[in-house]
Amino acid sequence: MDEVQVKVKPEMVTVYIMGQAYQVPAGLTILKALEYAGFRLVRGVGCRGGFCGACATVYRLPGDYRLYADLACQTTVKDGMYLALLPSTPAERRPYDLKKVRPAGETLLALYPELGRCVACNTCTKSCPQKLEVMDAVQAALRGDVAKVAELTFDCLSCGLCTMRCPAEIPHYHVWQLARRLYGAYLAPKAEHLHRRVQEIAEGKFAADLDRLVRLSQEELRELYKAREIEPE
Amino acid sequence: MAGELRLSRETLEAPFVKKVEELSGQNPYACYQCGKCSAGCLFAEHMDFLPNQVLRLVQLGDEAVLWAKAPWVCAACLACAVRCPKGVDIARVMEALRQIALRRGVQPVEFKVDRPYPQIALVGAYRKVTP
Amino acid sequence: MRATLLYFPGCALKDQAKNYERATLSALATLGYEVKELPRWNCCGTVYSLAQDDLMRHVGPVRNLIRAQELGETRVLTLCAMCYNTLSRSALFVQNPENLRRINAFMDDEEDYQGGVRVVHLAQLLLEEIGEEKLSQAVVKPLSGLRFGAYYGCTLLRPKEVAVDHPDRPEVLERIIAALGAEAVAFPERTECCGAYLTVTRPDIVRERVSEILLSAGRAGAQALLTSCPLCKFNLEERRPLGAPKIPVFYLGEALAWALGIEEIPEELRKSLAGVMR
Repeated sequence: MDEVQVKVKPEMVTVYIMGQAYQVPAGLTILKALEYAGFRLVRGVGCRGGFCGACATVYRLPGDYRLYADLACQTTVKDGMYLALLPSTPAERRPYDLKKVRPAGETLLALYPELGRCVACNTCTKSCPQKLEVMDAVQAALRGDVAKVAELTFDCLSCGLCTMRCPAEIPHYHVWQLARRLYGAYLAPKAEHLHRRVQEIAEGKFAADLDRLVRLSQEELRELYKAREIEPE
Repeated sequence: MAGELRLSRETLEAPFVKKVEELSGQNPYACYQCGKCSAGCLFAEHMDFLPNQVLRLVQLGDEAVLWAKAPWVCAACLACAVRCPKGVDIARVMEALRQIALRRGVQPVEFKVDRPYPQIALVGAYRKVTP
Repeated sequence: MRATLLYFPGCALKDQAKNYERATLSALATLGYEVKELPRWNCCGTVYSLAQDDLMRHVGPVRNLIRAQELGETRVLTLCAMCYNTLSRSALFVQNPENLRRINAFMDDEEDYQGGVRVVHLAQLLLEEIGEEKLSQAVVKPLSGLRFGAYYGCTLLRPKEVAVDHPDRPEVLERIIAALGAEAVAFPERTECCGAYLTVTRPDIVRERVSEILLSAGRAGAQALLTSCPLCKFNLEERRPLGAPKIPVFYLGEALAWALGIEEIPEELRKSLAGVMR
């Protein structure tokens, strides 16, 4: 039986990469579209899974005054998209000793006083590919509510889009990292059960069991595995 | 202060005077140099030009006023503005002079944050003396 | 029936001036108010931008007014004098339709601000709404024997459009102090600027100002100063030069809480209370 080859022509859209128009198949992500157009990416690309923040991209759509910002690996191309990738964001990380600083607003303000320049324009929030409430986090930092900052910025990828666009020149993601570290080191409730378990291990409570396991043959291990307790769905 | 001042239509209608008028919304020519603003200004002793002198320089179109130190020790307390018999808000003129410098990328006052400050102090300082 | 009151804290009231907030909110509850904090508020910006074409620095204040509008409220209370000044003046700035239109257009992430939100300072609430009589009646521990100097600073009295009283001869704070049973001491420097944000750029100037203010208050016999501006308090305490009188500074709301019997009068003042317990 002859194979029937069906050529399906994909729907193509126009995207502008560095001002030049390219025809790419619709449905591709911006990242894939760049590679389709022939670009080999060595910067501005990372996990390709929406997690590392490397592929921060700024773009415009025709007839729309807005400047959009998103991750290239997570965003599908649209017709007329005018793209600019950000390979990196300059932002100075101020040095500090986590053991010596207090988990309070004064630490955030002392290391990043430009927080005081915030004019509540909300551009940072509009630029966030994770849809975080960035301005609220800046305001919480300004008020000294370290725990709130840690809570609001948990999903921050440090992509730098907010920092690039901020008229007050605040290096957001450095502030967030400091706040989260302060929270983790000083303010978060301690995991007592973990501490106890670690102590038990150090005291050798599980030494005998582990020793026994290590000495089992492949067969015995397989039997043990088959007979393991499985939690109900 | 400029050693010699040549008055002409050009100096009296200098572009920077128009800019000061635009940014401050004040008519500098309404000032008749009574001096109440300078008398009431708490920071006058630290100024190179007194508030009324600053106004005078603006009236005469003397660019020396753009390099004056006076606007940078003004605390915008508005003591001058509430006392002016002609209703000239000198604080707005000071702000206009600050903005002209800052918008040109000139920042005469640098400050280091070398001790903990309450946010109320930092935010105020940033808004008044940084671009 | 408790009257509700929408409240804008401002950054300082959540940080270095926490005691001001705590004392005042409990006092207002005792006086029959249910106080609700403005949701998702942001920093007011502390200083009002005087440049005619500057729209950006009004965005922060107007955003707060929108928060009040979203709740259908037309009045917001502030305790911090600087917040009061900046928010009210921005509210006036957007009474100009062109300014309002442009700021609304910029804030495309918010509903349009329609105008109509009024900003009220604690002093206005106490005198204009509650009134001296009702206030004195609510006093449980009259502060007789104590001599307070009310330090107004600039932001409560200037410019005239938002002043709570006459800029050179105010009496609102003195009337409140009298209603609480204490003696109000008016001193010449009470309406003169402490230097405000110059504390960051020219602390030397602030030190001179603070010295003048404290000397003036001391000569008039004030035992303590009452203020409603956290920046003034910071300057009066942290920028006091050696040799200037050491006069303790408290917030207006704290005195209120003492007189209403909600909080303890501090040790250092207790010994001056008229013929009373230690």
